[in-house]
Amino acid sequence: MSRRRRAVAPWVPYFFIAPFLLSFALFTLYPLIQSVILTTRQSFGPGYDHYVGLANFSNILSDAKFWVALKNTLTFAIISVGIQMPLSLGLALLMNQPWLRGRSLFRLAIFSPALVGSVFVGIMSAIVFQKRTGMLNQVLHSLFNFDPDFPWLSTHLMPAMIIASLWMWTGFNMIYFLAALQNVDRELVEAASIDGAGPVQRFLHITLPTIRPVAGFVTLICMIASLQIFELPYLMLARLNSGPEDRGLTVVMYLYQTGFNIGDLGYASAIGWILAILLISLSILYRRLSRGEAV
Amino acid sequence: MKPRSKSLTLNLAKALNYALLLLACLVTLTPFYWLLVAAFKKSEDFFAHTFLPKGDGFLGVAWYKLTLDNFSRIFTELDFANNILNSVFLASSTAVISTITAAMGGYALAKYEFRGRDFIMGIVLAALIIPAPLLLAPGYQLLYHLHLLDSYGGLLLPAVAPAFGVFLFRQAMLNSVPQSLLDSARIDGCGELHCFWVIVLPLVRPMVGAYLLITFLGSWNNFIQPQIILQDADKFPLSVALASLQTAYRAEYGMITAGTLVSIAPLAALFLLLQKEFISGLTSGAVKG
Repeated sequence: MSRRRRAVAPWVPYFFIAPFLLSFALFTLYPLIQSVILTTRQSFGPGYDHYVGLANFSNILSDAKFWVALKNTLTFAIISVGIQMPLSLGLALLMNQPWLRGRSLFRLAIFSPALVGSVFVGIMSAIVFQKRTGMLNQVLHSLFNFDPDFPWLSTHLMPAMIIASLWMWTGFNMIYFLAALQNVDRELVEAASIDGAGPVQRFLHITLPTIRPVAGFVTLICMIASLQIFELPYLMLARLNSGPEDRGLTVVMYLYQTGFNIGDLGYASAIGWILAILLISLSILYRRLSRGEAV
Repeated sequence: MKPRSKSLTLNLAKALNYALLLLACLVTLTPFYWLLVAAFKKSEDFFAHTFLPKGDGFLGVAWYKLTLDNFSRIFTELDFANNILNSVFLASSTAVISTITAAMGGYALAKYEFRGRDFIMGIVLAALIIPAPLLLAPGYQLLYHLHLLDSYGGLLLPAVAPAFGVFLFRQAMLNSVPQSLLDSARIDGCGELHCFWVIVLPLVRPMVGAYLLITFLGSWNNFIQPQIILQDADKFPLSVALASLQTAYRAEYGMITAGTLVSIAPLAALFLLLQKEFISGLTSGAVKG
């Protein structure tokens, strides 16, 4: 006879899960419900508000600033992620060569920017991207005779944001691709190579299908993070404004400005819900597309 | 002749591979080098030389032009030592509180059968997709009503047992905590809390290490929450203090870069020490989970 399990007091599992349940109820569920209620209110700071019905949403739809913010955010996310994915996969492939020496040093160097929060990257970028005096233009000028007065921080804020985000996140994504490449069947690759498949064919027919689930997951995570970009442009512009013609305005920055500079938590919540719906639809789309694939 | 030319192309390919990786390293490391040098420059040299000031010293560098003034100024004119302590306190307490409570929750979901377990697991998964910015405005209102604005409680309490951590620990414990071990420990009279502390947590040690690091880093780099919640400058962590320095001392680039260097150096040190745990922890949730 096998040893009998000693009965566990019924309250024990609830004791262990209690911190999560309490924290979830108070700091996630309650604010979540409150955020729905707030979308129907106009507030002046946290203490005073009044009912406005659906006016917040209809105001947002005709709010030119919101549309600029949405356009900027989408442009940023699509271009930034669109460059990051092939770039980080390419770096991971370079790192995955079996004969490579100094792999951990390369990995350490390329991953290191991921440790630096976007606040600090934003503060650095506000200096690095300055025209004439900034490090980037000086280096580009001496290497490629690039225009030293190229105005990154005014009219070309979007490419500057994208460059800074590539610096921050490419190495981070590379780590995921590198882990995924460990799952590629080396024997299969060798067999294909003996059968005369070139590197491109091997990549397309063996490597790519193997890493597809991870690639999909990383793209999703990266899109979700990029659509919530705030600190980077906010600090690149030294918190003064949102750039000429609001070129640096993002959805979360606009949410922050309306909620915490102007004090209308209702309007901010309505913006929050539009963002949430966008992000949740993205997750649902991803689930649909990746159904049946184990990640 | 043929095998030789083949090995030549192979060597060329290898050389190209190394060259591209070195280029990537150069691009990633140059801003760090710039920051390191910038923090030691006098204001008149700050923009005059892209990196080290040129001169007739060793290696063609005017070493005498470098200075520690920027660092002494952020510690004397400003209260940066206090900001460092605040960041260390906030990040370590967030990491410890969040790790213990997330491990507890993960343990309950992975190793006990109880009424409502599947429902709670559903809550965890649903909570994962709620974007943080959505809760900024109502969260602020809640902290206002709880009188937790401008206090560390307002930052630490919401960090208890985040769904993400509960989920990660559940996944880790499903695989690496054998039921038989728990059963025999119970027969030997091991209490449930004691079991959790001396058997379960050591079994998922890599996860504990990685999660401590991830939450420490997350809190250290957190800007928007402390920026909204804290008002008293004495309570500011480095992220918020540095951002206000950027506005208040617009042209003091030396101080700003010295402050940035001081803010990110501890992370670099921590990461160098715990690199392996960190990377395995990062990828474990996504790739194996």
